[in-house]
Amino acid sequence: MSESSGTTRLQPQLRHVSSPETGERVELSGPWILRAFEEQLGELSRQLAEYARDANRHWDLTNVTRIDHAGALLLWRAWGGQRVRNLTLRPEHEGIFSGLSAPRARAPKPARDWRAPISALGDWLLDVSDHLLHFVLLVGRIAIDTSRLSRQPRDIPWLEISANIYRTGAQALGITALVGFLVGIVLSYLSAQQLKTFGADIFIINLLGVSIIRELGPVLAAVLIAGRSGSAMTAQLGVMRVTEELDAMTVMGIPHTVRLILPKVLALAVSLPLVVAWTCAVALFGGMIAAQWQLGIPYSLFLVRLPEAVPIANLWLGLGKSVVFGMAIALIACHYGLRIEPNTESLGSGTTDSVVTAITMVIIVDAAFAVMFSDVGSFL
Amino acid sequence: MKRSLVEVNNLWTRFGDHVVHRDVSLSVERGEVLSLVGGSGSGKTTLLRQMMGLEIPSAGEVKVFGVSLQNSDADEVQRIRNRWGVLFQQGALFSALTVFDNVALPLRELGTVDEDLIRQLVLFKLEMVGIEAAHAAKMPSDLSGGMVKRVALARALALEPELLFLDEPTAGLDPDRSESFVRLIEDLRRELELTVVMVTHDLDTLIALSNRVAVLCEQRIVAIGPLSEVVTNSHRFICNFFQGERGKRALQAVSDALLVT
Repeated sequence: MSESSGTTRLQPQLRHVSSPETGERVELSGPWILRAFEEQLGELSRQLAEYARDANRHWDLTNVTRIDHAGALLLWRAWGGQRVRNLTLRPEHEGIFSGLSAPRARAPKPARDWRAPISALGDWLLDVSDHLLHFVLLVGRIAIDTSRLSRQPRDIPWLEISANIYRTGAQALGITALVGFLVGIVLSYLSAQQLKTFGADIFIINLLGVSIIRELGPVLAAVLIAGRSGSAMTAQLGVMRVTEELDAMTVMGIPHTVRLILPKVLALAVSLPLVVAWTCAVALFGGMIAAQWQLGIPYSLFLVRLPEAVPIANLWLGLGKSVVFGMAIALIACHYGLRIEPNTESLGSGTTDSVVTAITMVIIVDAAFAVMFSDVGSFL
Repeated sequence: MKRSLVEVNNLWTRFGDHVVHRDVSLSVERGEVLSLVGGSGSGKTTLLRQMMGLEIPSAGEVKVFGVSLQNSDADEVQRIRNRWGVLFQQGALFSALTVFDNVALPLRELGTVDEDLIRQLVLFKLEMVGIEAAHAAKMPSDLSGGMVKRVALARALALEPELLFLDEPTAGLDPDRSESFVRLIEDLRRELELTVVMVTHDLDTLIALSNRVAVLCEQRIVAIGPLSEVVTNSHRFICNFFQGERGKRALQAVSDALLVT
């Protein structure tokens, strides 16, 4: 190993000799290889360019121990892309320079365009309309498949549906319970301080009951599920696209919508209301504890007053809303999953877009419900 | 004097109770092409990955350029990483980067070469593997399988390596493409004085490129030497491998070609 470790320590040398008998000479020695250049590449390159200005100089490369493409190209660049007239080479290095003699095509440089922002806006609009179009196509496809399945109940993918319910529902109980419990405590704790100053302690039950059952529970659970299950669905479909599993299903005549998408949509439509009911219950439990602690409202009073304070319509509204949230999350996740292209960057950005869109859509749908059902479940 | 670029000493690999390599020793000399062959699951690719330091053997030592991959400090291992190039089976191009940036990446990481020289070097390397400059701005997903392999080879050669690891260089290429790919590797090897370690299933590639063949079977190397010696070995696996229909045809083709020239 003595030589190869030696060559990395040796450095490329450049020497200018001027004598009456030999004329102007540039002598190169040592290894002219990429690894040996290290920090002195800029300096060498500058010196070479200076010596190369005089076309009649004699270049002597006979003392060069090794030369590779990087070294040869460095000289070649200094010589202005051609072989200098007076060049002495070792015969074994001839090959590396003859390979360079063909003029190199320049890589096309991307041109800058002042219209770029406008066309970017146009691209964005086209992209959005493309998303909308494909989303509508997906929903339509699912509607057709559902109507077909209702005529042939034997083909309903029960196994996939139940597996998805387990993954999106049962496995999410822990995290939704934790978040719901803490939000219930925080909400109850903060409201208690305000209500106390008005002497309206008992209204904590109305406040917690309506806000959690009607708004907070469904939205909180939907946002958590969008982040947890929506991203998983997008990534799963995306990886299946990358590994050509989707194509394999297509050629076997198994429609993606029936086997992959419909089970996810149905499963979330079933599991999200259940998760919402669970989250609401745990959040109310947290609120109840904080109310007892802060305002001294006994648990029994809380539980007796709750059905009187919150009309049952609010519960149905909250659960009905979460069915829509669940389907929206699954559809958006699948839509983005199917659009992922077979590269790593697309997988990452597709998953992010999917979650952001799903959460935004949950809030928008929630606002629409609030406006539409403003006089349902009101309490006096 | 013969100097080994890669030395494998008494290497053992175990996955749980399953022993893949039992006391394997092997050396690769400067300037030769060594092929690792063996049945599926015989641990060829594992052995190759151990030579690149991607996997750590259960026991034994791998030395590359005289540096032990297991018992050396990170800086030293990093320095030898710049002296080898690797061509992965699927190319392993970075899908988020263009062809140009894929080949330029190791040069930019080196941090000593100016951008103009990088541009010329990258275009030169691409030209060397037969990729036109017009394809330089494309993304890897827009390339065919053969082009991906060529670009991956250009990337493996970007740092002017002395040692090249090839994992199934011709898998997934059509016969015409794989033949030109083999010729390309052979030309580059001669021109750049490369040492090559490769894993292959393809008999034609094996016969066309290798100086020496190592046969991995039953957890150890059952034969190692020039192809002409290895084929005469009477081990059951070697017989099946080289003396089967496909093996005979490939060997016949080679001996015919030798007679003609």
